[in-house]
Amino acid sequence: MPILEGEGVTKHFGGLAAVSRVDFTVAQGEVVGLIGPNGAGKTTLFNLISGALIPNEGAIRLNGRNITGLKPHRICRMGLARTFQSVKVFPNMPVFQNVLLGSLFGTSSRMSSGDAARQADEALEFVDLSALSSIPAKDLTLANQKRVEVASALATQPELLLLDELMAGLNATEIAQAMELVARIRDSGITIFMIEHVMKAIMNVCDRIMVLHHGERIAEGTPEEIAASKTVIEVYLGE
Amino acid sequence: MNSARVGLAKVWVPGLLLIILVLIATMPRHAATYTVILATSILMYIIMTESWVYFSGPTGYISLAPAAFFGVGIYTSAILGTHLPLPLVIVFGGLASSCLALLVGALTLRLRGIYFSIFTFGLVELIKHLLLWYEIKFTGTRGRFVVLVDNETIFYVMLTILVVLLLTAYFTRRSRYGLALQSIGQNEEAASHTGVNVTAVKVLAFAIGASFTGAAGAIIATRWTYVDPYIAFNPLFSFMPVLMAIFGGMGEFYGPILGAAGFAYIEEVLITKFPYYYMLLFGAILLIVILFLPNGLVGLIQTVRKAVFGRGQHANT
Amino acid sequence: MIVTVLDILIAGLLLGGLYALIAMGLSLQYGVARVLNISHGEFIMLGGLGAWTLFTVFHVNPLISLAICGPAIFVLGYIIHRTLFKRLLTTSASPGIFESSSMLASFGLLFIIQNIASIAWGPEIRGYSYLAVPVSIAGALFGANRLVTLGFAILIGLAFYLFVARTRMGKAIRAAAQDPATAGLMGVNINNVLALCFGLGAAMAGIAGVLISISYPVHTAMGLEYTVIAIIVVVLGGLGSIPGSFVGGLILGIIGSVVTYIDPGLSLVAYYLIFILLLLVRPTGIMGK
Repeated sequence: MPILEGEGVTKHFGGLAAVSRVDFTVAQGEVVGLIGPNGAGKTTLFNLISGALIPNEGAIRLNGRNITGLKPHRICRMGLARTFQSVKVFPNMPVFQNVLLGSLFGTSSRMSSGDAARQADEALEFVDLSALSSIPAKDLTLANQKRVEVASALATQPELLLLDELMAGLNATEIAQAMELVARIRDSGITIFMIEHVMKAIMNVCDRIMVLHHGERIAEGTPEEIAASKTVIEVYLGE
Repeated sequence: MNSARVGLAKVWVPGLLLIILVLIATMPRHAATYTVILATSILMYIIMTESWVYFSGPTGYISLAPAAFFGVGIYTSAILGTHLPLPLVIVFGGLASSCLALLVGALTLRLRGIYFSIFTFGLVELIKHLLLWYEIKFTGTRGRFVVLVDNETIFYVMLTILVVLLLTAYFTRRSRYGLALQSIGQNEEAASHTGVNVTAVKVLAFAIGASFTGAAGAIIATRWTYVDPYIAFNPLFSFMPVLMAIFGGMGEFYGPILGAAGFAYIEEVLITKFPYYYMLLFGAILLIVILFLPNGLVGLIQTVRKAVFGRGQHANT
Repeated sequence: MIVTVLDILIAGLLLGGLYALIAMGLSLQYGVARVLNISHGEFIMLGGLGAWTLFTVFHVNPLISLAICGPAIFVLGYIIHRTLFKRLLTTSASPGIFESSSMLASFGLLFIIQNIASIAWGPEIRGYSYLAVPVSIAGALFGANRLVTLGFAILIGLAFYLFVARTRMGKAIRAAAQDPATAGLMGVNINNVLALCFGLGAAMAGIAGVLISISYPVHTAMGLEYTVIAIIVVVLGGLGSIPGSFVGGLILGIIGSVVTYIDPGLSLVAYYLIFILLLLVRPTGIMGK
């Protein structure tokens, strides 16, 4: 059974179909990339999966359980965490509290404060932010704020992590560090579904890539297949 | 910040608070009746402001409903006052208001912030007109008489409500639920994706805050002896807490207390000295605070302190 | 029976026309200038009492007062925005903060304007008699003043809509409403447009106030109730949608007139219930997206 499965997922805004009858599956332990030109509906699809938006049609299943239309906090507690394209941290809270929220509220079973604090410390350690744990999140660099987001997602003990353009806006060194982080998350046993524009990253870390265009899935395959696909090249060059 | 100073503050602050509490509590023993009455009003405004801040402070949702909760408390007192002992009346006043808050919150807190403000703003008017219509149609009179309670009792009830409120606020701030409330104000979408049940947390905080305003209404009604819908649901009671909180500044725990106490005192002076220009001055102060003191008195104090003692060292990361 | 229906309908349109004017003004202030102006009703009061003074002291025809009070209140609104709200706009860290602080500032304005008015005019309820002659339409009798009010309300409402929809200035206003930053880049003087919108919104309120004074008594404390109604209409029509406000105003007026016919004490309650239902079912309003 796939960890995440979507069937005919559709979302309209007014008359415009942002996501149109998209099927997808993500298997346990995979790293799946989601690419496509701007406005292809990638973030909308993530919003539908995480519960920020409710699809007009179709069904989404997490570990076989139907999560279509559930509230984001429910989906999070069922083991699906995410980050955002435009970083969403809690700006005036220290980094530690940002992450603590994840372990206090996002895990499947309620933790004692002590356990939650330990869990948050571990997550911070994992993303190498322990040294900055008492600094308000707004005072961090963009790359570090993205790490805070990842840490608080990890603190919810997810089985599946959605990463929405983790590397956008980062410099070359930071991108290399982020790629290394993604690899370590995968090695820790968490399945990853990621939107990315940095091609080098997506080709290197993904097992499989799915391409969206105008809200429809137009291609899917291994990085090599996608790189060689005529349709995909046309879509990108045609823009 | 060094640890010796923090350690000292741990002893200092509760000790100081205890001394202040004892001083306030013994006030009716030695102060004049007028002073006790004035102190009761100040306590009432502090309660209304702190209970408004309890929800609106961390979440950033501007509630204009305090007058509705206050009025519900007042009417609970007017209806039950002759049947039940005073402590029960106060508790029921608080409960009735929190029930209203639960209902309103569950209906509207899913909406965008500005809709929530609009809704709560109209709520006061709705209840006022509904009540007026009911009273005239079914009871035939506009107002009601409330059972009389002596000034000293009112003072002590008010003080008790305030102490319970401050303790509630203090423990909320330190709890996981308090952290969730703050996260909502800072980024509601991220909070909900981190597992916080944002609607439940908001509605609960809204109801807890409302219960104290309701309780304050239930006790103050006994001093007014006569109430009607226009008196009980005066929209001014919605604006006052907001204004007082902004006046004091919401950055620090003591800000709203300072704002409410200071403002209640200014109000008293304005009403007695300039009854015709009271509203004008009230509005002018509101504008001046919003325009020039966005962080309220707390901000002003901090600026002055910085100017006098020089800037503290600031680490940048 | 038909006479009664016509009676209720005309009374509803009369109310509705006034509501539409008031709401269009508020909609412009909120939709473009992002000020949820709680003092909106006070500008209505100023228009009403201004017209009363002009009529009783200087014997000015209220229809001429429209051309005096409208521009005068426009200037007042324009100045208020250029001083007060512009400063708030530059000191607010985010649009959300501006929305709440400007709303609270408008409370301050409410108290100030109302207090100055009550010093100037006193608390008495003021009315005057203009065109108070009955006119018969299909057997039902209406005051000529009310029909004039209705006619002018709809005329001004339509003129205003055309101004926003068709003129160059209207285009700049709509651009500013959608995206202030880009509009600024395209050469729209954004501060001027925002102040203009606030002033126009205030002028609409003032004009509505003059029209109200032709048919109904006016007093210094009348503003808040109209503000509440205007807010309800604006939500009904969709926040910031000017045609929505126009249609919403007419609808609410007719509903109000029907409810008043059943039980006059319940009209505001009915407005509010509609408002609640709408917020729950369709928070973006009837014309919203």
